[in-house]
Amino acid sequence: MNVPKDLKYTKEHEWIRVEGDEAIVGVTDFAQSELGEIVYVEVETVGEELDKDEVFGTVEAVKTTSDMFMPISGEVLAFNEELDEDGEDNPAAINDDPYGTGWIVKIKISDPDELNDLLSADEYGELIS
Amino acid sequence: MKKTPLYEKHLALGAKMTPFAGFEMPVVYTGITEEHLAVRNQAGMFDVSHMGEFLVKGKESLELVQHLTSNDAAKLFPGRIQYSCFPNERGGIIDDLLVYRLADEDGSPAFMLVVNGANIEKDWAWVNANNKFDAELTNVSDQTALIALQGPKAGDILSSITPLEVAEMPYYHFKKGEVAGLSNILVSTTGYTGSGGFEIYAANDQIGPIWDALMEAGEKHGLKPTGLGSRDTLRLEMGFCLFGNDITDETSPIEAGLGWITKLKKGDFIGSDKIKELKEKGIKRKLTAFTISDRRVPRHGYPIYNESEEKIGEVTSGTQSPSLGHPIGLGYIDIDYAIEGNPVFVGAGRKMLKAQICKLPFYKNA
Repeated sequence: MNVPKDLKYTKEHEWIRVEGDEAIVGVTDFAQSELGEIVYVEVETVGEELDKDEVFGTVEAVKTTSDMFMPISGEVLAFNEELDEDGEDNPAAINDDPYGTGWIVKIKISDPDELNDLLSADEYGELIS
Repeated sequence: MKKTPLYEKHLALGAKMTPFAGFEMPVVYTGITEEHLAVRNQAGMFDVSHMGEFLVKGKESLELVQHLTSNDAAKLFPGRIQYSCFPNERGGIIDDLLVYRLADEDGSPAFMLVVNGANIEKDWAWVNANNKFDAELTNVSDQTALIALQGPKAGDILSSITPLEVAEMPYYHFKKGEVAGLSNILVSTTGYTGSGGFEIYAANDQIGPIWDALMEAGEKHGLKPTGLGSRDTLRLEMGFCLFGNDITDETSPIEAGLGWITKLKKGDFIGSDKIKELKEKGIKRKLTAFTISDRRVPRHGYPIYNESEEKIGEVTSGTQSPSLGHPIGLGYIDIDYAIEGNPVFVGAGRKMLKAQICKLPFYKNA
């Protein structure tokens, strides 16, 4: 299972990549593998300020539905248009490339200290092993 | 956790395994959608060895089967199968099953009852507790393996490894004979997909060679190994009930739309008085099919509301339909609202999904 070293993780299987005062959030390789084929991603929180652990969106796989949670507090700045039903509509990008083209939202970081509470790649790798 | 005789083959094929009915079962090999469409368009092969098989024989075998099951087993003849259920004393459903009428033994009818894997222990206790007849029951589940070969190419594939004439066999019939060079194999025109095909019952040590022969014969027909994931999406597109979701100890066969397997005229059977009473009084809720125009998928347990946001039911099964490309579901809905075309709403967390009640099956074979 792919767990890139440069990312931080949550116990709920989201990853976060910090880029200055913003960050990119997605779901992990392990999560996409457990969910199976993803058929739809719904994010209706763009523009909203959400707390850490609040639901920012929902993933529909053929077999199951799963909410996605904010790894840290922040404003949801953007949703990956590639996954959007009005766009190219390719939610399978999450299955194919969960850390790349399958990213889900961009957020503005409210409190950088919260990043310290997240799991390192090693810790997350241990959690899913 | 138990393993079926095909366990190693599933691992070699890269299956993702999951615990189901006490067995490690293959849920998916390459992808649910791909496997689903293989069954609809070519052929797929499922290991369903977790299913349970009970044999019934003896002077009063028919009387026992008639007492336990809702359908009329007196209508069966050797080689004929019927879908049925075990009602409980309250008129709910202990399990749904297939009743196979085997050849006579010692001058009396013999039967094979095929039950859900997850219910083997419960059913075995139930049939024995209610055996007040001169009938002998044998549980052969642990010695019996089962493959479901399903799809429009299933007849071509199976025909190439058996001298049995299987291609023209009508639905819900069976034959015994040689398959892949092995004798006494039971082949039935049954399945749980709506795409036609066969179920093949064999002893544990026979099933591996049959699986291999079918895989080889099926290669040029596009046969794929298919897992429990696509088995569920295939059955749901047809509106076939799943025990534990759509039918339970608390649901009546009448509410579930299974009146056609409930033959009250055949005489008394377990639960028949309660079923008759409900039929006369009229049901208050009904297992109902619906589609969702939203992209969100209904799931087991989601509440169903009317336009005034009053709860009128609950989802029992839901999925994204691989054939249709949109979400579908089944649920028990208050009879006053269970009208085709009626708009209802499914609660998915904070969200209300707009649904339309529709007819079954969701998927119609071309």
